[in-house]
Amino acid sequence: MDRRTALKTVGGAVAAAAASTLSFPAIASKKAPIKVGILHSLSGTMAISETALKDVDLMTIAEINAAGGVDGHMIEPVVVDPASNWPLFAEKARQLISQDKVAAIFGCWTSVSRKSVLPVLDELNGLLFYPVQFEGQEENKHVVYTGAAPNQQAIPATEYLMSKDGGGAKRFFLLGTDYVYPRTTNAILRGFLHSKGVKDADIAEVYTPFGFSNYQNIVADIKKFASAGPTCVISTINGDSNVPFYKEMANQGIKATDIPVVGFSVAEQELAGMDTKPLVGYLTAWNYYESLKNPINAKFVKSWQDWVKKEKLKDYPVTDDPMEASYIGIHLWKQAVEKAKSTQVDAVRKALVGQKFHAPSGSVVEVLPNQYLSKPVFIGQVRADGQFDVVWKSKGVVPGEAWSPYIPKPKNA
Amino acid sequence: MFASSLHARLRVLRALFAGALLLLALVPVARALTVAEALSIASGDTDARIAALHRAVQTPDPQLAEYLHKLLNDEVQIDGDRVLVQRGSQWVDLGTGQAVTPSDNAQSVVNNNYVRKELASAQAALDLFAPSAAQRLKAVQRLQDDPTSVDRTLVERALQTEKDPAILDRLKLLHAAILLTGPNTAERLAAARELAASNYPAVRSLLLSRLDKVDGKFVEPDAAVRAQIQSSLAAIDNRLAWGERLGTLFSGISLGSILLLAALGLAVTYGLMGVINMAQGEFIMLGAYATYVMQWLFQRYLPGVENYALIAAVPVSFVVAGGVGIVVERTIIRRLYGRPLETLLATWGVSLVLIQLVRSLFGPQNVQVDNPPWMSGGLHVMANLILPYNRMVIIAFTAAVLLGMWLLIARTRFGLFVRAVTQNRSMAACVGVRTPRVDMLAFGLGTGIAGLAGCALSQIANVSPEMGTQYIVDCFMVVVLGGVGQLTGTVTAAMGLGVVNTLLEGVAGAVLAKIAVLGVIILFIQKRPQGLFALKGRSVEA
Repeated sequence: MDRRTALKTVGGAVAAAAASTLSFPAIASKKAPIKVGILHSLSGTMAISETALKDVDLMTIAEINAAGGVDGHMIEPVVVDPASNWPLFAEKARQLISQDKVAAIFGCWTSVSRKSVLPVLDELNGLLFYPVQFEGQEENKHVVYTGAAPNQQAIPATEYLMSKDGGGAKRFFLLGTDYVYPRTTNAILRGFLHSKGVKDADIAEVYTPFGFSNYQNIVADIKKFASAGPTCVISTINGDSNVPFYKEMANQGIKATDIPVVGFSVAEQELAGMDTKPLVGYLTAWNYYESLKNPINAKFVKSWQDWVKKEKLKDYPVTDDPMEASYIGIHLWKQAVEKAKSTQVDAVRKALVGQKFHAPSGSVVEVLPNQYLSKPVFIGQVRADGQFDVVWKSKGVVPGEAWSPYIPKPKNA
Repeated sequence: MFASSLHARLRVLRALFAGALLLLALVPVARALTVAEALSIASGDTDARIAALHRAVQTPDPQLAEYLHKLLNDEVQIDGDRVLVQRGSQWVDLGTGQAVTPSDNAQSVVNNNYVRKELASAQAALDLFAPSAAQRLKAVQRLQDDPTSVDRTLVERALQTEKDPAILDRLKLLHAAILLTGPNTAERLAAARELAASNYPAVRSLLLSRLDKVDGKFVEPDAAVRAQIQSSLAAIDNRLAWGERLGTLFSGISLGSILLLAALGLAVTYGLMGVINMAQGEFIMLGAYATYVMQWLFQRYLPGVENYALIAAVPVSFVVAGGVGIVVERTIIRRLYGRPLETLLATWGVSLVLIQLVRSLFGPQNVQVDNPPWMSGGLHVMANLILPYNRMVIIAFTAAVLLGMWLLIARTRFGLFVRAVTQNRSMAACVGVRTPRVDMLAFGLGTGIAGLAGCALSQIANVSPEMGTQYIVDCFMVVVLGGVGQLTGTVTAAMGLGVVNTLLEGVAGAVLAKIAVLGVIILFIQKRPQGLFALKGRSVEA
């Protein structure tokens, strides 16, 4: 505490003097570059999703550098590959903080990789910007959660499905991959549905292993489940299993108008390689869509397309929600460093709360004291061209809740 | 002649239709869709749009049908107070019929699922009066899938004009489903009785909803009607249960055929030759990538016939995987015959090399192999049973590969040599069989069949450099369970595992089913190490 206060005083002194020759290693008088770490899997099973985030991070950094950097300091990205290997995430994070002396880390996708990095952040006082929607139930002072909490994605989507416009669902088929994010999200959803008077008999919960591809039985079960009343499917399937799942739904003749499916891990990137004709009408819930019409998004999409062309990245010309969350994260960090006049983690964290950024989603997002963001929520419907039509949006921004009121908060948290 | 009689029938239909309209006298005679109507269907809040739609459907005209079609295909824009529809590559003003360029504030019409459902129902309702019987049948089927949103008067009108007995039966059921929610108790009772003949899950759901209690009161107030609904439900459940059973059986056979296809190659290399080939899964992967390359080549150079790339990919995937297999056999495996542990390690190394090779060539991400249109969708067998075409094609393909392989092993000279070498290598060599050549060809055959499996699997699973590792365990499971060296055993084991896995999945879920199957196999091998079918007699090597 004392040290932090001291730092703050020094920070203030620096600001007042406006000649930063004092004790900060990163912001030095010669305008030395500031190093930041990028911790995304570039190989292994998660490479499909995380490689695009590494590239959007590099694009954002190049953009900031071209506009004069952070208070005149260039940002120098240090890219490492934790190879979809959860313990390796912790090792690489340690290397980034203690060897490369990075000021902040932007990275992780799966909750299990984030959880593996937490002890390192605690020990070495690191700062991680986590850009993916997740199950919440975590509030670590070393992490800034720029993705959606359950109340910014899962809950509004379920409410929409229960509304008349969403099909008036009375029965809920919760389908997910078997790991912490789907299980926690479904526990929260079950609590939420109970609070709405839905009985356990009207909720089915089914899990499949990672990489599962034989969805015949499950789709048959969905049909059977749906013959007892208006049904929706809430999918927390992660990774490439989504492709065979949606294919099977289409082949078994299930239309979105009969049994709507909302997916929480399907975005523009995932649809880019799929035949989207049979998927028209399926739903997703995110805080950003590429198809949103506003000048900031137009600029964001344009710079991404230019970047893809310039760097000859042929695989992913589209933008999506986790990419936007990465983009927001780097900008918020930049603003906080400029406000704190320091890259020191404690000072930056203090400066972060209350930082606002006009995001490509068209809204001004703000860092809340729990280091979650307030973000707008959209529900999108798959179009024939693989983009989304927004069919519902929240009134204004929704503040991220770290702890869901629908399941008990763990005692030691 | 047929056309003219149809024409005559049409005229009668039209006359009847017009008569019905006059009789009803509720609605004006058919006229063109106005821009105001089109606007009210396409914009505003959901309920207002649907109300406007129901009003418009009362006066069916071809322009309305076209407009609904455009709406469902996302081909309508609103530009101020003009409605623009897409015809070909042009935007046409609905009011003037002139081609126009949409202005900057033109907005595409977005339909949520509720509106989409109502639009589809309205379209189907209009199709109830279509000249072609097939179209009318399709329309009434579509409406039976969703009897809650259809307009009662339209169905009653169709009932009066319809002549085709099959369609008429369906219309009556549809009408009953509508009457079930009506105000008249006698009608509801009759409807509940009639609906016992329905096969549609949607009808079951509708009947169930009538038995619900809202605020302590039954949705269906009359006890006699409720009793009738109960007994109708029992009759429907009885029939639907058959669809479910057949569906489970089909899933089991389909999963079994995939296991069999993946394991057949291993049945040759491991079962007949005794080579523990850990790279078998990677040969499957090579077959899948060969399919991907063929698709790419067809899309690029033969765009007219790209839907048949898959057929061309069948021999190519066999040759590619078999060719690589022969190279591997020549360079590595033949130096290691009789040393199973070294073979195991060497082939594992081969698998790593192949994975990295493909990753370097095609990138670490999944590649997309499309289903050709003739393999998308499914065959409508019963109301709750649709058999997907891609699964049926794979079952047939597996049967064909199995037949081909059986003929090759049992009926050809090459097959005779393979069997001879398997049973007694030195004796075969003594009588002049060139055993190294037979080994090479047999290994090529085994890996080539794995390539065929990859070609088929690319249609239902993801194609990635690591895809082979998912199948290697299943392959060994099938071959070991069936009994080494036995094709019959492999077939029985694959089909048995497929059906058992499917049944268990229904009870315990996918994760537990997989664990349970593995556990059962371990116990089984403990009791019967030789597998289901064992070779007997002198051919068994020590």
